[in-house]
Amino acid sequence: MSDSNKQAIAHYRNNFLKEVEDHVEDGEWVRMCMQCGVCAGSCPFGPHWEHSPQKIFMMIRAGKREEVLSSDSMWMCTSCYNCIVRCPRKLPITHIMHGLAHYAHRLGIAPKGQPTREIARLFWVNLARTGRVNELKFSLAMYFKDGFVQGIKNALAMQGIGIGLMKARRLNPMELLGGHKCKDKDGIHKMIAKAREIEERKQKFV
Amino acid sequence: MADEIQMKTAAYICSGCGLGDKLDIAQLGKIAQKEGKMALVREHAFLCNSAGVQMIRDDIEKEGVTHVCIAACSRRAKTEAFHFPTVAMTRANLREGVIWVVAEGSDHDEVRQEMADDYVRMGCAELKKMKLPQGNPNTTRLKSILVVGGGMSGLTAAFEAAESGYEVVIVEKQARLGGWANKLWKRVPFKAPYADPQDTGVAGLAARVSSHPRIRVHLNSTVAETSGAPGRFTVKVAQESGAVTEEAVGAIVQATGFTTYDIAKLPELGGGQANVVDQAGLEALAQTANGGVLKRADGKEVKSVVFLQCAGQRDESGKHLAYCSGHCCATSIKQAMYFKDANPDTDTVVMYTDLRVPGMGEDFYRSAQRKGVIFTKGKASGVEAVGSSCKVNFKDLILDEDTSLDADLVVLATGQVPSAGVDLDAWNKVVSEAEGGSEAAKQNKSELQKTSILNLTYRQGPDMPQFKYGFADSHFICFPYETRRTGIYAAGPVRRPMDMLQATEDATGAALKAIQAVENASLGRAAHPRSGDLSFPIVRLEGCTQCKRCTVECPFGAIDEDERRFPVFNEQRCRRCGTCMGACPVRVISFENYSVDTVGNQLKAVEIPDEFSEKPRVLILACENDAYPALDMAGLSRTVYSAFVRIIPVRCLGSVNTIWITDALNSGYDGVMMMGCKKGDDYQCHFVKGSELASYRMSKIGDTLTGMGLEPERVSSYEVAITDNERVAKFINDYVAQLVEMGPSPMKGFG
Repeated sequence: MSDSNKQAIAHYRNNFLKEVEDHVEDGEWVRMCMQCGVCAGSCPFGPHWEHSPQKIFMMIRAGKREEVLSSDSMWMCTSCYNCIVRCPRKLPITHIMHGLAHYAHRLGIAPKGQPTREIARLFWVNLARTGRVNELKFSLAMYFKDGFVQGIKNALAMQGIGIGLMKARRLNPMELLGGHKCKDKDGIHKMIAKAREIEERKQKFV
Repeated sequence: MADEIQMKTAAYICSGCGLGDKLDIAQLGKIAQKEGKMALVREHAFLCNSAGVQMIRDDIEKEGVTHVCIAACSRRAKTEAFHFPTVAMTRANLREGVIWVVAEGSDHDEVRQEMADDYVRMGCAELKKMKLPQGNPNTTRLKSILVVGGGMSGLTAAFEAAESGYEVVIVEKQARLGGWANKLWKRVPFKAPYADPQDTGVAGLAARVSSHPRIRVHLNSTVAETSGAPGRFTVKVAQESGAVTEEAVGAIVQATGFTTYDIAKLPELGGGQANVVDQAGLEALAQTANGGVLKRADGKEVKSVVFLQCAGQRDESGKHLAYCSGHCCATSIKQAMYFKDANPDTDTVVMYTDLRVPGMGEDFYRSAQRKGVIFTKGKASGVEAVGSSCKVNFKDLILDEDTSLDADLVVLATGQVPSAGVDLDAWNKVVSEAEGGSEAAKQNKSELQKTSILNLTYRQGPDMPQFKYGFADSHFICFPYETRRTGIYAAGPVRRPMDMLQATEDATGAALKAIQAVENASLGRAAHPRSGDLSFPIVRLEGCTQCKRCTVECPFGAIDEDERRFPVFNEQRCRRCGTCMGACPVRVISFENYSVDTVGNQLKAVEIPDEFSEKPRVLILACENDAYPALDMAGLSRTVYSAFVRIIPVRCLGSVNTIWITDALNSGYDGVMMMGCKKGDDYQCHFVKGSELASYRMSKIGDTLTGMGLEPERVSSYEVAITDNERVAKFINDYVAQLVEMGPSPMKGFG
């Protein structure tokens, strides 16, 4: 168990709602849910979630910390904003879902290998390094995320498209060697560090 | 007296609104003169304009016309133009009743004209049996109002009536005014922003009432006896000490409120456990805390509390209250705030199946959520005492699992039980058993009598009739405050469950109804729904057989019995529905302008074609409150219905005397349709029981019909609402088609 997770448990004991209100973006809205279920009914991915937003909110109030944070439900959100538009209590449900996912991720208890989490993580690592997205490296990282053999299989399956992209000059194999970057890489890194600092403070991690 | 003035009849036939194009007006005039025997017949092209009305006025003044038949539009139209209070008047409905509903085209000219002819005949026939109502001679000038109950509703009713200039007497059982409101720490907010509990304000209201120059208060008192009628009630007020004072009042507002459902009946939810209280119990703890941290009876500070909504309410098993009391969700929200306002760290959970917060309660609910009250959608299955706290076992309805919560205190949101006095159904049963000589029943009767609130000396029992679940009968949408005892109005939770804001509004409404009642009584006029009606039932006692049907069936308890069991009519209590007239087997009850003869003469005036004409005749007796307006609306929307029907409006189906049915069938009508209001628990009858009684009477008529050699289908009943204009036309057309198939009545030609 990560240290931050241990600390959070120690601090909030069984008041998970308070923890969410303190640390999750827009988490202070959770108490305002009136359990009408419009969000659950509006979600286009509804049947594929383990817990609908309505249930997630109820579980938070019921103190079901582990179940909520280790759930992959929030990761299923496609940000279609149907729920936000329809919520009669005006809860920013999409944002809360992302906030919960982010919080679970940072505590290190988000589900391992969850595809949305994985793609987001790889995208961020890729982007933060140079300030530019290296599409070739990102694609390869995705192919190989489930191991070397699977990576080769994936690459072979996609080779036709890859060659087509190269012919159309949409993909440069030389990108594998370093690749393009923004002019002031250090500046980008500093900016990201500052943004992280602000965010940590806002969400009471420091 | 008007009777001594020679009757002079006049018929006025209008040819406006297309009547002249569709009908032979000259022929109608001839019918009024020759068959209707009207002394004066006039035609006019626009009768409701000032010239037409002036013509009628001139005839009344100069020609001495006393009886007027207006053959034009419906009796419900142009009532301001055709307002001649000094003469008896009938209206032959040629517009809504004939030209607007009979199919267009020359193919229908003949039946259309026949229909109009008959309506003129009927109008003239009715007119000759009518008298101008003189008003009830037994008027009083007594306008004071008695308010029974000095709680929030009673105080409001008293204050509002007094402020309107009426003398008020309050009778309160307890030693102090205020009732339940005295026991509350705070009330739910009535005004924006609906965020926090508010002071009840009852102390101020009680003080204003106590010092009001027009209000007298009897504390520690109950009503020992109520006799009389609107405008002349005599009320014996008994003090706890035994002293009895007599008060003469014109009307009564019963605001006797409610008691809470006994939590001892809810052992499964912890009723009886030390740390389980009801909402009233929690108010007591809050009053003790006086704004500070709430403590349990054992002195322990409450760190966690669970409110269980619908405790012993909305119960489908039949064990507890079946209904929702309406106020308890908002009350629990308010009480949860007591905890959060005193200590925001208190774990406060409201467990509900669905939260019902009427009015602006939704804002109040949100405010509680902001304060951190947790709302859990769940159903409690049990409350266990564990050590010095409680364990609430419940099913979480969102997460669909059985789980539990620990709490220092559990609050049960129990419902309101009305304090409406004696249940008259139980009373009547005991009375008839007691009359049979049963000693146990006599004992029961005196026990029941002790629970009475008004102790009415009415033949029909000591309190107001009750509706579902023991609330005072009062139509919750159409006629709130109205009860089935004229001049006695129910206000507040005694008539339906409600919160304090609703109760104060209710009390204001009831105060106005009471004022109307005393004013109407002072003018000898009827109260709602025939407000202002001057006619009243007149009984020819020498023909009476003391059968008691009128006294039993009167929905308003207006008729008592004297020692020889003759009916004694209390006109001020009467609503003029005519149910007694419909009930009377010897037909000795009548009104000056509405009697067995006025209707009987109309139905006999219709010309019945012979059995070979293929023109059936159907008599429709239509309730004037809903069915007749619906028929008018059918005309207004040009909904075509059969021209074989002849419609007679009646005050209420309850006033339909079976002689009209047998007369109609004997005269050769092929069928009779009765159209009245919905009956039963969700009744729409303006006289509450009229349509139900009519339906009961008609259920017995089948044998009579068979005895006459007629099919039982020749009399049929319909429930028609005021909005049923489309439906009513379909009823008519279907029924006429059914009669055509059945063939003409075998009685034709014998009439």
